[in-house]
Amino acid sequence: MKSLLNIIIPLCAVLPALALGAIMLVALGADPLSGYATMFGAAFGSLEGFSETAVKSIPLLLVGVGICIAFRTSVINIGGEGQMVTGALLATTVALAFPGLPAPVLIPLLLVAGAAGGACWGAIAGSLKAWFNVSEILSTIMLNIVAVQFMNFLLRGPLMDPAEVARGTGIPQTMRLSPNADLPILIEGMRLHLGVLIALLVAVGAWFLLWRTSMGYRLRAVGHNPDASRYAGISVPVNITAALAFSGALAGIAGAILVFGSESHRMVTDGSSTGFTGSAGFNGIVVALLAGLHPLWSIPSALLFGGMLVGANALQRAAQVPSALIIALNGLIVVFVVSSDYFKKRLQPTVWVDGAAEEEQRGDSDE
Amino acid sequence: MSDSVAVMIVVATIASGIRLATPFLLASLGESLGQRSGVLNLGVDGVMLLGAFGAYYTVLKSGNLYYGLLVGVALGIVLGIFYGFITLKLHAEQGVSGIGIYLFGLGMSDLLFQKFVGTPRPIFPFMPLRFPVLSDLPVVGEMLFQHSIIVYIAFGLVPVMSFVLNKTTYGLNVRAMGENPEAADSLGVSVMATRYSAIIIGNGLAGLAGAALAIELGIFQQNLTNAMGFIAIALVYFGAWSPKGVMLGSLIFGLVQAIVLQCKTFGVIPRSASDLAAMAPAIITILALVVVARRFRQPAALTKPYVRGG
Repeated sequence: MKSLLNIIIPLCAVLPALALGAIMLVALGADPLSGYATMFGAAFGSLEGFSETAVKSIPLLLVGVGICIAFRTSVINIGGEGQMVTGALLATTVALAFPGLPAPVLIPLLLVAGAAGGACWGAIAGSLKAWFNVSEILSTIMLNIVAVQFMNFLLRGPLMDPAEVARGTGIPQTMRLSPNADLPILIEGMRLHLGVLIALLVAVGAWFLLWRTSMGYRLRAVGHNPDASRYAGISVPVNITAALAFSGALAGIAGAILVFGSESHRMVTDGSSTGFTGSAGFNGIVVALLAGLHPLWSIPSALLFGGMLVGANALQRAAQVPSALIIALNGLIVVFVVSSDYFKKRLQPTVWVDGAAEEEQRGDSDE
Repeated sequence: MSDSVAVMIVVATIASGIRLATPFLLASLGESLGQRSGVLNLGVDGVMLLGAFGAYYTVLKSGNLYYGLLVGVALGIVLGIFYGFITLKLHAEQGVSGIGIYLFGLGMSDLLFQKFVGTPRPIFPFMPLRFPVLSDLPVVGEMLFQHSIIVYIAFGLVPVMSFVLNKTTYGLNVRAMGENPEAADSLGVSVMATRYSAIIIGNGLAGLAGAALAIELGIFQQNLTNAMGFIAIALVYFGAWSPKGVMLGSLIFGLVQAIVLQCKTFGVIPRSASDLAAMAPAIITILALVVVARRFRQPAALTKPYVRGG
């Protein structure tokens, strides 16, 4: 019952955001009903549309699941953007270094590289919090900035496409990466690629980690009550660092998939992080919040937001409403979902006690 | 290179560093006031973007730069009221809801820009002020006395903020909210009113910072601030929550930017190296955060919602 309430209240919080979105549509001279219908139709109305939606939701799901792990450890990871970038950079470098490897070896290697790149970036923020008492909110934001500039440096310098250098056009992008690194297309003629399955697998894996392993138990225990955890012999610093490393690893995989699942099959920068990630590092937070910080509920949540992105592009074509509307709406959804905690606590004032009791029982059976 | 040319370049760099520091300074002064009252606002960048667009659009339509500044402040105040409501009344998690405000500002400013402006058109920035005698002084004149009015407003706010925080009842109340709201409440000081006012002023300053940026650059574009608002938040920690410290941090940031720009213009360093140099401020901030976390203490009640009897 409790977990149902965890889902229903955030969902209700989406309604005022959608209502505000409708008001914005009216203000922009578009019919809100047909506007939302256009969006929904484009995102879920056809197999092509759904394939597009699924592809767009991959980074959202991966980052969102990572956020679930971090937030459940009471670590606020705002660094998804930077972790996606570092993961993508490391994976791209590996792809450039070993272009000849066969796909079945190369692709797993690239995913591991992506995870490692993101994990390192997350672990920096984690260890700064754990051992130097630096707020992870600030350090992850700063690390985002560092990662973007490092990406710009690499793509304008050492990793730049030799053809661009020769031509002197200097577009900051890598060469066409090895075809062996292309993520295989699942349905002929559509964009749906292997990344979708990877993301789903990761979501299930994260659920398993959090609720079926002692590692996950320790993470959640640290999130619930660090003092009690310390008393029980759980290392708080180690678990904080681990949570950010996990979270970063998933964002890193998302970054790698963005590169190898892209249509151009190269890594490109426009100088900003949004240009590469499409703000997935931030939007993943929205996905996780809407899913009540549950990795499995994150799947439909990511699909919803992926669909909104696809729908927004359709709306831009059909009604000349700039697709930036969706970013603004996502912001409102974050605000409303976070604010809805207030109502959740009011509706079920014992929720916290229940949770703690449940944890205790699980703890007994775990250890 | 002759000495006089070198002096000219140094002077120009410092002058541009002061100009570049201005939006950081305004935004981080506002953020520090909010944090002093115990409220963290991560949405600064979004508020700046909306303020920047509002100011840009107003100037484009009216031609009056002061209207632009006012609109920037007004938008900041509106968002401040909204943010105050969700964090103070609804107790929303401050680290996350701020990101919501950021995304809202990022999307909304871009949306409005594309819908109502479309192709970027430049606006004319403020003329530099001329002070009799002072502006004509060699070296110092160009460095300090040939800036636009907004620069003087920003730096003028530093002593004002110091005075208000340290020497007035209101400042004492704000600091009490950040340290021990229970005690302040028991003495009859309204936690809500004090925090609301600090957030609203803080967001107003963030809106002003955005307006100053757009007017200084004479342009608006998608994501104009490029994470400046986030750096402004870090500067609050960098400056250990004191207006003077925040000013020092902003100046360092402005100068580093100016030096990087200058080096780029003169081709002293290649483009790629300037990307590496652009990492410096963020890395310095991270290191500063380590030092600050050890030596200074953040306001004790920061990010903690106040529940009476809770």
